[in-house]
Amino acid sequence: MTTREGLLRWIIRALAVLIVGLSALAVGTPANAEGETLSGRMVISQTNEAVDGVKITVTTAAGEPVAALTSNKEGKFRTPLPGPGSYTVTMDPKTLPDGIELVDKSAVTKNVDVEPGGFQAVAFRLTDGSSLQPEKETQVFQLLFEGLRFGLIIAITAIGLSLIFGTTGLTNFAHGELVAYGAFAAWFVNVTLGAPLWLATLVAIVAGGALGALSEYGLWRPLRKRRVGLISALVASIGLSILMRHLLLIFVGGGTESYDVPAETETDYGLVSATQRDLIAMMICVVVLIGIALLLQRTRIGTAMRAVADNRDLAESSGIDVNRVILMVWIMGGALAALGGVLYGWTLDLRYDMGFALLLMMFAGVTLGGLGTAYGALLGSLLVGVIVQMSTLVLPNDVKYASGLAVLIGVLLIRPSGLLGKKQRVG
Amino acid sequence: MEILQNALKALVAREAIYFALLAIGLNIQFGYAGLLNFGQVGFSLLGAYGIAITVTTWGGSYWLGLGVGLAAAVVLALLLGLPTLRLRADYLAIATIAAAEMLRLGFRTPSATEITGGTQGLQGFSGEFYELSPFPLDKKYHPFGILFTGQELWLLTVGWTLVALLVLAVWLWGRSPWGRVLKAIREDEDAARALGKNVYWYKMQALIVGGVIGALGGAVQATATRSVDPDTYLPIVTFYAYAALILGGTARPLGPVIGASLLFALLSVTDSVLRDLTTGDNPVISSDILDSQAIAATRFVLVGAGLIALMAFRPQGIFGSRTEVSIDAK
Repeated sequence: MTTREGLLRWIIRALAVLIVGLSALAVGTPANAEGETLSGRMVISQTNEAVDGVKITVTTAAGEPVAALTSNKEGKFRTPLPGPGSYTVTMDPKTLPDGIELVDKSAVTKNVDVEPGGFQAVAFRLTDGSSLQPEKETQVFQLLFEGLRFGLIIAITAIGLSLIFGTTGLTNFAHGELVAYGAFAAWFVNVTLGAPLWLATLVAIVAGGALGALSEYGLWRPLRKRRVGLISALVASIGLSILMRHLLLIFVGGGTESYDVPAETETDYGLVSATQRDLIAMMICVVVLIGIALLLQRTRIGTAMRAVADNRDLAESSGIDVNRVILMVWIMGGALAALGGVLYGWTLDLRYDMGFALLLMMFAGVTLGGLGTAYGALLGSLLVGVIVQMSTLVLPNDVKYASGLAVLIGVLLIRPSGLLGKKQRVG
Repeated sequence: MEILQNALKALVAREAIYFALLAIGLNIQFGYAGLLNFGQVGFSLLGAYGIAITVTTWGGSYWLGLGVGLAAAVVLALLLGLPTLRLRADYLAIATIAAAEMLRLGFRTPSATEITGGTQGLQGFSGEFYELSPFPLDKKYHPFGILFTGQELWLLTVGWTLVALLVLAVWLWGRSPWGRVLKAIREDEDAARALGKNVYWYKMQALIVGGVIGALGGAVQATATRSVDPDTYLPIVTFYAYAALILGGTARPLGPVIGASLLFALLSVTDSVLRDLTTGDNPVISSDILDSQAIAATRFVLVGAGLIALMAFRPQGIFGSRTEVSIDAK
């Protein structure tokens, strides 16, 4: 127990440092509400020297011209865009100074997808012909930061998954749908009803908790009463996941949606750049995670949750109302999943099937940390988030989730009990 | 009448073959040995891409490609089984679903376009298979008033023959000492181990055999559609196969086949009924409420609800026996 408490203190301390840093960043951020913007910098990789006078043309995916740009003294170019969508950025290699060329000579055009309100950076890698030292430090910090952001969101959602597993033994494949429903509940309140985002977020959390309670009352408790086995329950949760996901598809359609919030540009903080909204989302995650840690460690219901997770029969015989504890776990898990979904939607697009992709990341995080342990889920999720984002340093962007899944399989190979799990849990 | 004909066609359609093969593989793993393979679609992907890549990218023969796909499935089963078969059932479930998604992401990435065709997939690799057809490919046949082209008929003949042979094999395996050991492992792993059986190796064999059958399913499906598209290998395909297996009855040789046929016939009927209700001059349900995307989604909602109901009320499916259902064992 002492190592657990020491670990808790360590986690809380680390989170506190993170939150102080984040608030410092957020306070210093100028509010910015520009439209979609495209920018970039012409710079020689080896010397970090700016290249001016390079001609760049921006067209829409359909080929309509948007802007003709020339890089300035600092090598920078920048243009507002007419709206979100796909654009093609072409640079004219003939306008490069003598001796300077593209690292990849065929990469004179770049295709970019600009999200609503997005700030799209375009990079052309130039070389002066000397041996190339890839300049990756700044990128490393940016990706580390984005990984933490993603990891915090996975952690918020995965703690519920882990607690449900711990208390009931159910591997809940429908947990991703709780995330998606939360995200779309907020979308409904925010976009359809026109309420502000903070109110939508609160409504979504309440709705998520209610959905968690509903699934416990409506399905899982009756199934436990019927003495349905764990594997049967697992298959039933897959059924529930398919059902919920496609109900959502019927109601919201198959396209992508986003919240109705003013567009924000990223602010450069030296090592990393982020929007103010990102920072607030991360702070909320940290505060909630500290709250959960305190709840589990210091309150009666939290102690009861850990007791049921540890040994259900022993907890029951010492007078804990196990069904009530499980209900509380479902409410908490549902509310946290909804919050995670909304915070995900603060920066990324919503889709009816967003839950499933996140579910696999949650599994990865939970397995890495140790199935059934709340702190393990937190630690594992943060690591998975960071690994997924950092993997884009060496892998193409569209397979980054594969790296999270590779971690999952790797953990099972080397240490199946996870980082913080107990050995006997896997037997 | 048209609804009935559509349903009849769905009973024998290529999707029914595809899911029957996936479910036969799962039946060996899950029904007989109690292994939760949630990545069956990954095996199917290997079977399909084995042919597609060998023929289209490397210019090899169709039959070589089939072998490549099946061999790849064996390798995948070994890779997955080595770390996870010693662990509890849900670890294999999570590892297999992750591996299948990894494969899909890896095959669809634009960086691999030269080999896998990226998001576009590959086409035009099944010519050698159809050259063997005894039926003229474009000739139209009308058995039981249902229209089939010669091409379809050849594929269905081969596909169902394959299914029949595998059902026979599963029936024989189930009665053999090998099958009895698998069932013993499913019921009580420790007891099987105490009898001196190498539980780990038996589980591995079940995983390999089931995976190879899944790869065969992928090969048949790719041959039928004459194309591979990475985004058809979604995790939900595996869950569909489970739904078919559980509907028909686990640990029964015919269970997965009947389950797959019935599932697609049922889906075809609901599809036709919903479409009838929403089309015409005076639709019962306005197509504003239920567009074609929503109709497609409704099918999935029904599959999900059906899966929950089966688990709650009849986990042994239509033909299974309650005493022999692994899904309640743990």
